[in-house]
Amino acid sequence: MMSYVQSLGSWGLATLRDYGRAGILLSRVVFAVPNVRKGFPLVLQQVYAEGVQSLLIIVVSSLFIGMVVALQGYHTLAKFGASQELGPLVALSVARELGPVVTALLFAGRAGSALTAEIGLMKATDQLSSMEMMAVDPMRKVIAPRLWGGFISMPLLTMIFNAVAIYGAYLVGVKWLGLDAGAFWSNMQASVEFHSDIVNGLLKSLVFGFVVTWIAVYQGYDAVPTSAGIAKSTTRSVVYSSLAVLGLDFVLTAMMIGGW
Amino acid sequence: MNNQDFIEITDLYFNRNRHSVFRGVDIAIPKGKITAIMGPSGTGKTTLLRLIGGQLIPTSGQVLVDGQNVHRLSRRKLYRLRNRMGMLFQNGALFTHLNVYENVAFPLREHTRLSEEMIRSIVLMKLEMVGLRGAWHLMPSELSGGMARRVALARAIALDPELIMYDEPLSGQDPISKGVLLRLMRTLNDSLGLTSIIVSHDVQETLSIADYVYVISDGKLIGQGTTDTIKQNDTRELNQFLHGLPDGPVAFRYPALPLEQDLLGDTQI
Amino acid sequence: MISERMVESVVGLFLIAAMGAMLVLAFKVSGLTSFFKPEGYMVTAQFDDIGQLKTRAAVKIGGVTVGEVAGIKLDPVTFKAVVKIQINSRVKDIPVDSTATILTAGLLGDNYIEITPMYSSEFLKEGSEITETHSAMILERLIGQFMYKVGGGSNSDSSTPSNNANAEPKKEGVTQ
Repeated sequence: MMSYVQSLGSWGLATLRDYGRAGILLSRVVFAVPNVRKGFPLVLQQVYAEGVQSLLIIVVSSLFIGMVVALQGYHTLAKFGASQELGPLVALSVARELGPVVTALLFAGRAGSALTAEIGLMKATDQLSSMEMMAVDPMRKVIAPRLWGGFISMPLLTMIFNAVAIYGAYLVGVKWLGLDAGAFWSNMQASVEFHSDIVNGLLKSLVFGFVVTWIAVYQGYDAVPTSAGIAKSTTRSVVYSSLAVLGLDFVLTAMMIGGW
Repeated sequence: MNNQDFIEITDLYFNRNRHSVFRGVDIAIPKGKITAIMGPSGTGKTTLLRLIGGQLIPTSGQVLVDGQNVHRLSRRKLYRLRNRMGMLFQNGALFTHLNVYENVAFPLREHTRLSEEMIRSIVLMKLEMVGLRGAWHLMPSELSGGMARRVALARAIALDPELIMYDEPLSGQDPISKGVLLRLMRTLNDSLGLTSIIVSHDVQETLSIADYVYVISDGKLIGQGTTDTIKQNDTRELNQFLHGLPDGPVAFRYPALPLEQDLLGDTQI
Repeated sequence: MISERMVESVVGLFLIAAMGAMLVLAFKVSGLTSFFKPEGYMVTAQFDDIGQLKTRAAVKIGGVTVGEVAGIKLDPVTFKAVVKIQINSRVKDIPVDSTATILTAGLLGDNYIEITPMYSSEFLKEGSEITETHSAMILERLIGQFMYKVGGGSNSDSSTPSNNANAEPKKEGVTQ
């Protein structure tokens, strides 16, 4: 009995220690004095690696998600004779929920796992250590640009996701199912609010981008420097960031609907 | 403190995960000489180098490098001190996303504001020293293990450090590249006036170039002296280590119950 | 590994694509109704019962949206709902004696406020109050009244249908 209590305690302590280390990592990155001349190209490089290279999967998935939502929505709405409301249905569900959440999940799978593996590998092959011994702070050189790169890339990817998904819905709704294009757009415009729908969705994606890259970077930095350790960390990075995204999505939605 | 010593380690204790790695170690590294630190695997020789570099913090005791207590320094001063050290990691630890040239140029770009031509000539000079000037365009994945270590060596000396630490430079190398590395270590030490520390368990090769030797086993020093005195020393521990005897103070057998009891008894496996 | 210039231009294209997507979202999808907060003036109106009216609900004249509900609070003395209405500055010269009615869009839609202009030569301006108001129609209450009338015969002294909200305070309560 006592040993169960003890193992619970040790698990709790280990978890707290984990959070603490992740927090320290974050504070070292955020409060590091940025060096614009050297830092900017590094961040740019990471926007390329995390943002541009995730673009293909984002565009393809968003197109299909928009088309599927339109198709499903159309058949349900048609039962109530409300198929004219397809535009608002797709635009609202994409801008408020699907856009930020699915982008974040895809981002965690594509860019987050790559970040964890890359940093874990740099650790395992002593690259981070040797950087430290060369008096170069790996926080600045390796961790910070990756964190900022993800933070910048996520909202941009979400914007593209939203636009492409709505275009996909347009293709299905107007081009295939034969809704009136004018009604499609004007109904959409009448019910989508720029602030409360689109901007709030992008705010969510900012938070998600931050959390996903933070988790990815921390898992990489904290990986056990063996091949098994890196594999484990990569899995954990994707699992944790997906859970964090879904959980935070609920909290943020509640805050936003609660008139935040 | 002796002026001849670049590094002075006194009464060093270090624990990792409740397991003690060092229990009262005193080491002095003389300036301008090659000092070898030897010992069986798992005695924390690499840990010792990280303690000197300030990457780990000792449980007690102090490490003085050029008169400064490494673990009392501010981050800025520690980094300034590290600029005077070079370290060669076991597998080179080259940056895999940069080619050979950029790897060697990395510390120069980080710590100096030299023009591109200056960097170019320094990098090519350093690569020439290790005999790899022609390989500047290769990626680390295209290098053999020995070549990667030589590139890492060129990178470690790019900023002309005063101290260079080699972590197992010879392990896993064929005799030719062992010979190349040994000669490089010796010539670099003599021509650049470096202080060198070699951590190794390749006894004969290391003894052939070292000036002074420390042998660590089980968290303690078991022998020290110039190469000749070490060779003539015949305490049991040293004797076993230097001549590679299978049994001795370091037991061949992992502690176990008597054989009969394990075979015939009902030990739970 | 690709060159730095390549990275820069691709990232530039990425940014342009994202900005383009943002513009599409702003103008094509949301119609950008409230990005530039329209200049306007605030008037207030007191209602006995606002039903399901919410902030940001539409305010219309003759079916055309002219503003929105900016805030709702309860008057602590009279226990009436005080609704702040923002009207676009484009729409001037609404007579002060106009009436405000809370209506429902369709059978089950959202509530909105319809302003019916009257004939005064004075106009609403910042801070004026619309005094003539009609509360929301509440379906349950209408049904309740109907049942009451049908069941209780004609002895019930019913109020005017347009101002029915506190017609039966004993039965329905005015907690809303």
